[in-house]
Amino acid sequence: MSDRPDGAADSPGFIEDLLGTRLDWRRAVLVPVLAILLALMVSAVIIVVSDIDLWQNPSFDQLGDTLDQARDALSALFIGSFGSLRAFSSTLEFGAPLIFAGLAVAIGFHAGLFNIGAEGQMLMGGMAAVALGITFDLPIYLNLPLALVGGAIGGGIWGGIAGWLRAKTGAHEVVTTIMLNSIAGLAVVWMLSTSFFQPAGRQDPVSRDIATSARLPRLLGFLDRSDLRVHFGIILALIAAYGIYWLLFKSTIGFEFRAVGANPDAAHYAGMRVTTIYVSVMFLSGALAGLAGMNQINGLLFRASPGFSAGIGFDAISLALLGRSHPAGVVAAGLLFGALRAGGLDMQVVTDVPIDLIAVIQALVVVFIAAPALIRAIFRVRTGEGTGQVTKGWAS
Amino acid sequence: MTAVATNPDAIPARTTAEIRRSRYLAITYLVLAAFVLFYFARWSRDLGNFTFSLARPTDPSLPDLTLSTGRVTLFCGIALAVLGGYQLVRGFGRRENLVLALGLVIFIFAFLAWATGQSSLGAFSMVGMLKATIVRSVPITLGALAGVMSERVAVINIAIEGQLLAGAFVGAVVASPLTEPDDRLLLGAPLGSWVGVLAAVLVGMLLAWVLAVLAIRYVVDQIIAGVVITIFVGGLTSFLSLRWLAENSGLNQAPIYKPLGIPLLSRIPLIGPILFDHNIFVFGAFIFVALLTFLLFRTRWGLRARAVGEHPKAADTVGVNVYRTRYLNVILGGAIAGFGGAFFTLGSVGRFDENMTNGRGFIGLAAMIFGRWHPVGAMAAGLVFGFADALSQTLGILQTGIPSEFLGMAPFIVTILVVAGLVGRARPPAADGQPYVKE
Repeated sequence: MSDRPDGAADSPGFIEDLLGTRLDWRRAVLVPVLAILLALMVSAVIIVVSDIDLWQNPSFDQLGDTLDQARDALSALFIGSFGSLRAFSSTLEFGAPLIFAGLAVAIGFHAGLFNIGAEGQMLMGGMAAVALGITFDLPIYLNLPLALVGGAIGGGIWGGIAGWLRAKTGAHEVVTTIMLNSIAGLAVVWMLSTSFFQPAGRQDPVSRDIATSARLPRLLGFLDRSDLRVHFGIILALIAAYGIYWLLFKSTIGFEFRAVGANPDAAHYAGMRVTTIYVSVMFLSGALAGLAGMNQINGLLFRASPGFSAGIGFDAISLALLGRSHPAGVVAAGLLFGALRAGGLDMQVVTDVPIDLIAVIQALVVVFIAAPALIRAIFRVRTGEGTGQVTKGWAS
Repeated sequence: MTAVATNPDAIPARTTAEIRRSRYLAITYLVLAAFVLFYFARWSRDLGNFTFSLARPTDPSLPDLTLSTGRVTLFCGIALAVLGGYQLVRGFGRRENLVLALGLVIFIFAFLAWATGQSSLGAFSMVGMLKATIVRSVPITLGALAGVMSERVAVINIAIEGQLLAGAFVGAVVASPLTEPDDRLLLGAPLGSWVGVLAAVLVGMLLAWVLAVLAIRYVVDQIIAGVVITIFVGGLTSFLSLRWLAENSGLNQAPIYKPLGIPLLSRIPLIGPILFDHNIFVFGAFIFVALLTFLLFRTRWGLRARAVGEHPKAADTVGVNVYRTRYLNVILGGAIAGFGGAFFTLGSVGRFDENMTNGRGFIGLAAMIFGRWHPVGAMAAGLVFGFADALSQTLGILQTGIPSEFLGMAPFIVTILVVAGLVGRARPPAADGQPYVKE
């Protein structure tokens, strides 16, 4: 039977679960840390091996230069994410939407649903936030909640479609959410070509700016530095993480979600309405992803352009697995991935190593997390079990 | 066929789901009919003729098809209404899916007639569109075949997208430095391009091996393993193309495989240029479909592979090596996907661009499901998706006023309708996605 990814079926408290005695520290701390170290080592090797100068002109001098570049790249990754107040602000800024999107994927995993569609749901939530932000210019205490609700509903509907299709027709959510991602991407391009979104006299696919009162306030605004862009979104993300923790492990609804995830047939015989639960889980998941999109719009960009979701919805999958689908783990993993994005920008600027390397690092981390036997073999430590089966194939 | 009892199609025990589906189909026909009659036909009354050209401009072997837009759309609308009425009253029984295909063809014909009639061009190349259908179906079909190979032994392969992308990248990067403009051609390409294809096949196999190791030895969730491989390849190819190809354009200008007209067959009017005048990738897809159908359903090896996918424990009990069969099939599937990936660069545009597969691997996955885990079905589904692609391109040229983004959504919407079972439901291999742990 399926090994749950959360490892928290009997629901200890939030902090105890993260730090307390009942925690399986090997699974929750040791394996992720070793996985990250290993992924960084492999990516250093990739930087060295992919240096075309070294291949064209193999010499020890060149090898030295290449090794220097790899070292500089990794240190830029670190300095750019934690090395200064600006760097840390940037990490938190990138972390907020990642946490939201990671929670979206994680809550799906708990109910046995694999939501690959966070990217599309982010786009739809973000577009809803843009539509509201360019239409209304209310006081901030009305406009921000409006954007939050709009973003959640926009993403929620897009996720709910996949949930409804799964519940009513059995269409596997992996396929439908991938397709809905592509549809959302095209829909955004189309929407940005309409006069409702476009600024007057512009033809390129960029929306008008949202009202100032719809923007998430900056947390470090009192320092009056334009490079400290961390905004209120990170606070909202932490609140959302606690809310999802409470919902999943302390409420009846969450119990039903997890029961359906563990065994939909048993849940059905226990009198739970599985179809309703599928739809509500996917709506909630989509709503969280929609809030990630709203974070991108109202916290960072203030306008929409094609692809403003920036791949966060795909990072969310790796992130949820790294955090073992537990809200606390998602927060930690979200901050780590935020750090990778912030540091990756510095890395690209300082050392010319393309930022796409961080996708490679993230994929490697997940491989090592999912197959801890690899870590066991390399580091000779006891690791506990891997993620096991968290999704259900088309056959079941 | 007068008495119901003698009608072999009228199976008495129809489930409520079937009856509901039958009603939905009838409503669909009637809605399409209404749309054709009240939108296309009404608008088309004042339009003149439209022309579908049935031959390439260079060899006019067939005359053009020129008809009155108004009459054709009216006729198509009436035909759809008749189908809907019959479906509602009597039903088509086992021929339901065939009739659905016919209904869609009629609708698309009316749509094209209207689109051409209202366009200032007044004509478009039917042969060109059908040829583009075949070409665009190739990577989807090959991706779907990779999925069939792997899922028939119960390993879900959602890494097809990554395998295609890796094949595209490696094919271009290996073939470019190994070829010169004046190299002698061998089946449409210099030897260096063939080395590129071989490298693409090998990288597809390598990624499939990684998937197999994760899924079989480390019992990692197969969907997660596949998604992670796709993310990995997406990141790595973008990384390498920025690091290598941006400054060394010589690494990214491979020759494109030339079409090989098959003697005699390619001279047949209409069919010849559509089917028999392509490069080796298109013929390769046809050959793989035939080969896999034979191997899976006509050989002892295929029987064993399918047994592993349906009931691994039983297969193991009678002495089939479940693990080896799974490794072999998944890796062979990877080879096909790698070949399909090379099509994007060596068979189509000659250069690699970041994320150029653009979800074709995922559509291949859907084509596999639509094609009911059968190679021939996979190709048929691939052709449907290829047609949707070619159609949206054609309609873009005809300038219908419909935003091109909507047309671009067509393949994805078709995929959702397919997996939602609106066009029939299929049963996957029984053990699909489940790891096998020997006791």
